[in-house]
Amino acid sequence: MEIVYVYVKKRSEFGKQCNFSDRQAELNIDISPNPELSSLYVERNPVDTGIQCSTSMSEHEANTERFEMESCGVNHIEGGWPKDVNPLELEQTIRFRKKVEKDENYINTVMQLGSIMEHCIKQNNAIDIYEEYFDDEDGVEVTEEAPSAKTINVFRDPQEIKRTATHLSWHPDGNRKLAVAYSCLNFQRAPMGMSYESYIWDLENPNRPEIALKPSSPLITLEYNPKDSHVLLGGCYNGQIACWDTRKGSLVAELSTIEFSHRDPVYGTIWLQSKTGTECFSASTDGQVMWWDIRKISEPTEVVIMDISRKEQLENALGAISLEFESTLPTKFMVGTEQGIVISCNRKAKTSAEKIVCTFSGHHGPIYALQRNPFYPKNFLTVGDWTARIWSEDSRESSIMWTRYHMSYLSDGAWSPVRPAVFFTTKMDGTLDIWDLVFKQCDPALSLKVCDEALFCLRVQDTGCLIACGSQLGTTTLLEVSSSLSTLQRNEKNIASSMFERETRREKILEARHREMRLKEKGKAEGKDDDQRDEEAALNLEELVTKAEQEFFDVIFSELKKKEAEALKKKPKPKKASVETDGGEEMLGEVIGEEEDTGEDVGGEEREDVST
Amino acid sequence: MTEVEETLKRIQSHKGVIGTMVVNAEGIPIRTTLDNSTTVQYAGLLHQLTMKAKSTVRDIDPQNDMTFLRIRSKKHEIMVAPDKEYLLIVIQNPCE
Repeated sequence: MEIVYVYVKKRSEFGKQCNFSDRQAELNIDISPNPELSSLYVERNPVDTGIQCSTSMSEHEANTERFEMESCGVNHIEGGWPKDVNPLELEQTIRFRKKVEKDENYINTVMQLGSIMEHCIKQNNAIDIYEEYFDDEDGVEVTEEAPSAKTINVFRDPQEIKRTATHLSWHPDGNRKLAVAYSCLNFQRAPMGMSYESYIWDLENPNRPEIALKPSSPLITLEYNPKDSHVLLGGCYNGQIACWDTRKGSLVAELSTIEFSHRDPVYGTIWLQSKTGTECFSASTDGQVMWWDIRKISEPTEVVIMDISRKEQLENALGAISLEFESTLPTKFMVGTEQGIVISCNRKAKTSAEKIVCTFSGHHGPIYALQRNPFYPKNFLTVGDWTARIWSEDSRESSIMWTRYHMSYLSDGAWSPVRPAVFFTTKMDGTLDIWDLVFKQCDPALSLKVCDEALFCLRVQDTGCLIACGSQLGTTTLLEVSSSLSTLQRNEKNIASSMFERETRREKILEARHREMRLKEKGKAEGKDDDQRDEEAALNLEELVTKAEQEFFDVIFSELKKKEAEALKKKPKPKKASVETDGGEEMLGEVIGEEEDTGEDVGGEEREDVST
Repeated sequence: MTEVEETLKRIQSHKGVIGTMVVNAEGIPIRTTLDNSTTVQYAGLLHQLTMKAKSTVRDIDPQNDMTFLRIRSKKHEIMVAPDKEYLLIVIQNPCE
C-alpha cells in the first residue's frame, strides 16, 4: 500500500510568497490494523532488552608523533670558571684563587662560616647523637593493660528444681564441651522430685544441653577421660562410681556394685595415666581411697584407708573431700580431708602403713581444693575455710604463703595452666578472685562478682583463657580472662620459682628455730630433778594463773604493810593519815606498774587476763 | 688573610675532620685540603644540593632561610655552611 500525497502548484505561482493560513485537519489516510498479520509473528514475552540512560559517547584513538627520550647522568668535571680563566692552566687557576682570597668579603664570610662550622664539629665530637642507647633491651615493654575478665556465656540448669553445679570438666580435645555435674549437697535436704541428671553442654549452644547423663543417684563429680574423649567418670551421691560412653547414650555404661563402693558421697574422682587408659581412683568422706579399673568396675582393685595414725582403722580415718594427682608424679597422690589436713601418699609403698607419707595441717575446715602447681609440682595450693594457702612439700609444719582471711568461705581454687604465679579462687558470696603473685600478694589482682548466689566449683581451660564456674543454682558461667593474665610474662617462671624458694626457706628457718626452742624446753625439763620445775614445764594454765595472782597480792600486801608501819612511826595527823593512805594507794598504783614491768612473760600474760 | 688561614687550620685540626674546603658561588673551589678531583666532585654536587635545600626551606616559609646543612652517612658527616657567595664544606668522621 503506498501512501501518496499529490502536491499540485501552478507554474505562474512558482516563487510566490507563501501565505500560510490555518486549515482544518484533513484525514488523508486511515490504515486500520489488520489482525490477520499477527499470525505471521510470534509473541515474545518477556522481552529482555538493555536500556541505558546516559549520554552516548564514542571512543577514538589518535597517534601522536614520537618523542625521543634518553636517560643519562651529568658529570660535573670542573667548576664554572669565568671565561678568561682556562681550567687546565694551573697558573691561571692559582692566580684566580689568590685574587678571590684577597677579597674582603671572602675573609669575612669565611670567618663567620668558620665559627658556625666549629660549633657543629665540636658538637659532633662531644656527643654521638645517633647512638643506639637501648640496644640491650629487646623489644618494647609490655603494655600494661589492667587485668580484666568478661562473661562470655551462661548455662542455666534447665530443670525447674535448681541443683548446685558441683563439678566441671572440660572436654580434653579442643575444649568445646563442658561436662557439669549437678547434685544437692545439703545433707538429706534434697527436694522431692529433684532430677538426677547431669549434662554435657556445647559451648556454642547455651540453650539446651547437648547430652544428658542419667545416673541412679545424683553425680557429685564428673571427669572426662583425658585419653578417650567419649568416656566420662562420675562419682555418685550414694558412693557408687559410674562410667559413661557418650557414643552409647545417656544411660550408665558401667556402675560399681554398691557393696564395694564408698559409704559416703564420692567427692573426688580422677583418671590415672595408664597404658590402657581405663584406670581411675576415687575418694570419699568415708575415709577410703579406692582404685578402679573401668573394665571391671564391680570391685575396686585397691583400697587405702586415710588413717594418719597408720593403723588402718576405719574409725580413725579422716574423710577425704578432695583428691589430687599429677601425671608427672605417677606414684604420689594427695588427699585433702574434712578435718583440714592434707595427706600425701605414695601408691607404690610396700606395706599399707607406708602408703601415707606425711601430713600437712593448717586449715580450720575442709579442704575443698587441692592442686599442684603445673610448673613447680613441689608447691601445691589448698583452698579451705576462709583462706587459700600455698604449700611446699619440704616444709611440713606450715604453708609457705597464704592469703588473708576473707569475709566468706572459699569453695574452690585452681592454678592457671599457663602462668605459674596465677591462681583462681571462688567464694561463697559469688565472687571469683584471680590472684597474681607476681603483681600483688596481699590482694587478688582481680575480683569479680560472677553471680549473687554462692559459687561452688571452678575449672580453668587448658589454654588458660577460659574459666567456667558453677553456682548454687546450677548456673555455669563461662568467663574469658584478659591476655595479660593468660600469657606467660617474661621472667615470670624465674620470679615465681624464686618466690616459692624464698618462702620455703623462710619457713624452714622458722621450723628450725621452733625445733630448737622445743629441744631447749625438753632439755631444761630433763636436766632438773625438781618436781616443781617439771610442773612448770607442764604448762598448766590454770595453776599458773592462780600462782601469779597469789604472788601479786602477796607483794602488794607486804608493801601496804610497810607503808602503814612507816606512817605509824611518824606523827600522823588525821588528814595526813588519809593523805598517806591515798599516797599509799598511789604508791600502790606505782608499785603495780613496777610489778608489771618486772613481771615475767608468762606472768605478765596472766596479769593481763586478771585485769580484764 | 692570616685569620682565614688560622680559622681553616683550626677547623682542620679538630678531632675527626677529614677535609675542609671553601667553594664560591659558581662552584669553584677556592681553598681545599683534599685532592682536586674529590674537591671538584664535592663542590659541584654539594653546591646543587645546597641550592635545592635552600629553595625548599624558602618555599615552605618565605620568611625562613637555611642556615646549615648536615648530611650524615654511614662513613662520615658532611657539613655545609652556606653564604650568599661562598660555601664552607667540612667532612668529619664523628664516630667515637
